[in-house]
Amino acid sequence: MEEIQRLSPNKITIEQLDKLRIDMNQRAKRRKTIKQISLLFLNVTVALIILFPLFYAMSLAIMPSGEVFSTEFNLIAKNPTLENFKQALTKIPLARFVLNSFLVALSITFGQMISCSFAAFTFSFQEFKGKKVIFMLVMATMMVPGEATIISNYLTVSSFGWLNSYKVLIIPYLTSAMGIFLFRQFYMTFPMSLYEAAKLDGCSNIRFIVRILLPLTKSAIGAMAVYTFINAWNMYMWPLLVTGNNQMRTVQIGISMLDSVDSQSITMMIAGVVMIILPSITIFIVGQKQLVRGMFSGAVKG
Amino acid sequence: MMKNRIVKFFAPYTYLVPSLLIFGIFLFFPFFKTIYLSLYKTNKMGQAKLFVGLGNYMELFQSKSFYNSIVVTIIFVLISVCVSMLIGLLAAMLCNKSLPGIRFFSTAYALPMAIASSSAAIVFKIMLNPSVGIMNKLLRLNVNWINDPKYALICVALLTAWLNSGINFLYFSAGLSNIDETIYERASVDGANEWQKFRRLTLPGLSPILFYTLVVNIIQAFQSFGQVKILTQGGPGESTNLIVYSIYRDAFFNFRFGSAAAQSVLLFIIIMTLTLLMFRLEKRGVSY
Repeated sequence: MEEIQRLSPNKITIEQLDKLRIDMNQRAKRRKTIKQISLLFLNVTVALIILFPLFYAMSLAIMPSGEVFSTEFNLIAKNPTLENFKQALTKIPLARFVLNSFLVALSITFGQMISCSFAAFTFSFQEFKGKKVIFMLVMATMMVPGEATIISNYLTVSSFGWLNSYKVLIIPYLTSAMGIFLFRQFYMTFPMSLYEAAKLDGCSNIRFIVRILLPLTKSAIGAMAVYTFINAWNMYMWPLLVTGNNQMRTVQIGISMLDSVDSQSITMMIAGVVMIILPSITIFIVGQKQLVRGMFSGAVKG
Repeated sequence: MMKNRIVKFFAPYTYLVPSLLIFGIFLFFPFFKTIYLSLYKTNKMGQAKLFVGLGNYMELFQSKSFYNSIVVTIIFVLISVCVSMLIGLLAAMLCNKSLPGIRFFSTAYALPMAIASSSAAIVFKIMLNPSVGIMNKLLRLNVNWINDPKYALICVALLTAWLNSGINFLYFSAGLSNIDETIYERASVDGANEWQKFRRLTLPGLSPILFYTLVVNIIQAFQSFGQVKILTQGGPGESTNLIVYSIYRDAFFNFRFGSAAAQSVLLFIIIMTLTLLMFRLEKRGVSY
């Protein structure tokens, strides 16, 4: 044996080869583990930075106002309390704001689903004069930023005498070019024969939309609903202009009206902010999968 | 028979009525009305009183305040879009591989898109408060972030970047999942390092969605309002007087509806150009 090794030092035995292979495997595995751990560590760091404003808000919301104004480092509440939430609910008409926002956001979401699916239906399954032109016109509305028309809209609704009402918050948002586009992208994937077969069976158009199209496009509807609700809940500029009293204010306006930096209102305001962020976060987390799938499958399929 | 034909002819249009009615009253009509108003001097009620032709535009182009607002808006858009896209890209790349807790991380990265600009602005306002806020305590500084013209714009831009980073994360994640994993393995075998892989494989693979995301971000940033209104009110001085805020202030504080309408038209032209650019490049085979 020694003789062989002496004669050919470059040759290695099978055992040595095995050992080497196991060694290398282990090293590769270890390297992979280290990579995974450092990736995990990086993820935790970045996630903490991104979520930091939210953590900070939560922490302030349960902090007694005395603690907020200390010069010490006060990231975490030492004596957590729910007093701020109680104050926010009693001293400001937060419940009313939340009710208003829910009513407005739900109506907008529901209305958009109907108007957009109707419009998308006719664009996908009907033939009529001027179809292309009307569709282009609808798509062109995406180019007009809401901020650019907001002054004229304000003048219009105030001449209607609509200021300070639910209708002024809801009606201008009852349709959306993006919704029509997204639904149409989905409807285009269905064969025309589906519609013709339904027609032959005596199915009316409305019935076809409600009974066949809507169930088949649940994912698109889910995505649109989540997106629309969150946007409506978070609306700021329009409600700021058209609401002037606490009866009609939505959450975003109501809370930012409190904006003044003194010890009493800071914690109360933040507690309010936390309470109005929670619904949109909850809906987002519940609907995230739907939202992502709908957002991208719609775009890719077309 | 005749009646039947008429019904058949009009039926397809009826499904468009709700949408077209809303678009007509709250989009097309105000669009033309804004152009019309921009050619007039108005009274305090916003009624057109005196035709001045392009006078409002001329005044804008001679006004220092308007130039300032354009410059400030461009700087703001540059900072917020760059930072926001970088955060989104970094998060998407960190979250791309299979990892324990991946669902938590992806929710965390996307979460800012669910937060209202006004709510976020309130939180940031307290974070940046010179005496109470955590920012100075963390950095051991004594900076008056939002009352110092040097920092105010950056603060508003970073807040906007944070708000928009969530949707960028989603776009980039979708883009990354379209890249074939095996090309990375082959590159590793060929001895490419991480930077080379990023430069030569990831970026080109992302390029279709990169461009789309960029344009959407720029459009979004141009329309920022809530964060300015709450955080800085356009100040200190006019250092954060972004264009939409400037429109709001001209119309609802100075009651110069004509001038505000002219600015609205200019904002529309900017956004329209960007959107057309996007569609143009999309048609050229960029898919998302």
